Amino acid sequence: MSIKIYVPRDSSVLSLGANQVALAIVVEAARRGASVEIIRNGSRGLFWLEPLVEVVTPEGRIAYGPVLPEDVPSLFECNFLYGGEHHLRLGLTEGIPYLKNQDRLTFARVGIADPVSLQDYLAHDGYRGFKRALGLSGAAIVKEVTDSGLRGRGGAAFPTGIKWNTVLNTEASQKYIVCNADEGDSGTYSDRMIMEGDPFVLIEGMTIAGIAVGATQGYIYLRSEYPHALQVLNEAIAVATANHYLGEDILGSGKTFHLEVRRGAGAYVCGEETSLLESLEGKRGIVRFKPPLPAIQGLFGQPTIINNVISLASVPIILDKGGAFYRDFGLGRSRGTLPIQLAGNLKHCGLVEKAFGVTLRELLYDYGGGSASGRPIRAVQVGGPLGAYLPESQFDTPLDYEAFTSIWAVLGHGGIVAFDDTVDMARMARYAMEFCVIESCGKCTPCRIGSTRGVEVIDKIIAGRDHAANIALLRDLNDTMLNSSLCALGGMTPYPVLSALNHFPQDFGLQPTQQAA
Amino acid sequence: MTLPDRTVRAIQAAIASNQDKPGALLPILHGIQDHVGHIPPEAVPLIASELNLSRAEVHGVISFYHYFRQTPPGRHTLQICQAESCQAMGSVALTEYAKQCLGIDFHGTTGDQEFSLEPVYCLGNCACSPAVMLDDEVYGRVTPERLEQLFTQARKGQA
Repeated sequence: MSIKIYVPRDSSVLSLGANQVALAIVVEAARRGASVEIIRNGSRGLFWLEPLVEVVTPEGRIAYGPVLPEDVPSLFECNFLYGGEHHLRLGLTEGIPYLKNQDRLTFARVGIADPVSLQDYLAHDGYRGFKRALGLSGAAIVKEVTDSGLRGRGGAAFPTGIKWNTVLNTEASQKYIVCNADEGDSGTYSDRMIMEGDPFVLIEGMTIAGIAVGATQGYIYLRSEYPHALQVLNEAIAVATANHYLGEDILGSGKTFHLEVRRGAGAYVCGEETSLLESLEGKRGIVRFKPPLPAIQGLFGQPTIINNVISLASVPIILDKGGAFYRDFGLGRSRGTLPIQLAGNLKHCGLVEKAFGVTLRELLYDYGGGSASGRPIRAVQVGGPLGAYLPESQFDTPLDYEAFTSIWAVLGHGGIVAFDDTVDMARMARYAMEFCVIESCGKCTPCRIGSTRGVEVIDKIIAGRDHAANIALLRDLNDTMLNSSLCALGGMTPYPVLSALNHFPQDFGLQPTQQAA
Repeated sequence: MTLPDRTVRAIQAAIASNQDKPGALLPILHGIQDHVGHIPPEAVPLIASELNLSRAEVHGVISFYHYFRQTPPGRHTLQICQAESCQAMGSVALTEYAKQCLGIDFHGTTGDQEFSLEPVYCLGNCACSPAVMLDDEVYGRVTPERLEQLFTQARKGQA
């Protein structure tokens, strides 16, 4: 019998040469007359160990990593097909502390199964939530989601059940389920990992949403930067359709749900829900005024559930195990788990799904292992390019929506980007404004013009021109953007800018005591 | 300037296979760029007439999105991530190196039509920063030496 070897097909792992490693294993096995079966799984999310190759043994899956193509002959030499000793051997994958000490609910299958095998998905509890949902009324499904305490994982943290309930109670001949897969925030990649590593969980979550509120058409709006996710999603949708998990009369239930992936085109603002809907309608991604809410008048003017990938991918386990099971994780009003993404200057970057409540310090040092450069971590940005920069003194903040709000920061989509002490925070503040210039949709003045003026003012501050006056002007400008922008792009660019100024005043040519200026 | 016949056929095929979809314009534009490499100005009136839109509306959509290009790219397109995570791991220096090596700035194409250089804001490869994308492939933990290798491989047609 051939020996099963897992080599991930996640695009981050491909970016480190996974295909070459898989090829080297095939070639070396053939040369030695060994019979192997290579399975391309998702990533376990331990990226400093990728490419992580796993071999199935009677004791369980044994991991080796990071494996380069040139390591392959020596792996065979050390009998790795039977879990042999080697300097890259990491032991049982499940026993690696980074992975073992997580609460993997949404990511339960990622890295374990073949992403496009429906059999694997079903064998690992797939479609159990959907089958339970088929026996429930729409209102009962929505209640389960409400009871779970799930809040939008895209960043805004709006209670998912309330959104669904609005769509459920709005009469219309056509309703839509839209998945926001325009994961544009720097430092985030959990949506991509789900779509590439367990696409059926997203398909199942969207289908449950569809039968709950009576929507028969779904769209996944996927950013153009994710070609591998596109391929995996399309493969999985084709498999689900062929097996009657999508389309007309799903599993003989009489329910209909069609699903299609649509590609974005490199506009960050299209991650904003109304801009995304405009884009799906074939227009420029210009932000809409709210109200009307998308739940009442969304895509093509019809009631629309629009949720982030992680929100929708968390629905199957909530329906399978019940809202109470999910709600038991977390604290306060932040229930369940958050797939946290460690990025930037950290030794151990990766995906850490934990119940809310874990502190930044635990994530940065216990999981992240401190900086990759070996220098002190000076600042971390949480929640993407519109998230605040936090100094060391705030590293004990627990991951909780309200705790972050109380220190004028956001959790956003759960991305954490670490910087060492070589970072110039005035430059980072300038970058935040520059990013807003590039990505502004142009509809509202504070964002469109304010960001350009912001870059200019920060340039003057950096150059030391009319220093005190320009610092005051920068604060005034941020106040305008914060309070009068139409959406989060202009409205939250002040978070990175002002947090940089407040926590790192010396980088702006101020004495630390002058920070209240 | 008139377009080669096969380009016109590619444009017509992209329109025909997508025009009945709701919100057809982006799928059509993707179809054209996938096959032609960019969206030629001559495509605009063809799309406008089939979708019953004004040419200004079609042009407005093309110019709104960073991904759509109106001029032909080089044989290879290199995108370098400019976002925070990659900055934390040296993307500023990497970008300077790429610009120097190729002798072009962002949005430029080398004189031999070999490379176009574009900024990109996150490739979702933040755990392996700095990241670049060469054509459809992502590369992580890219050093200047690695970038140099990628240029060489691409020139030889091996990337």
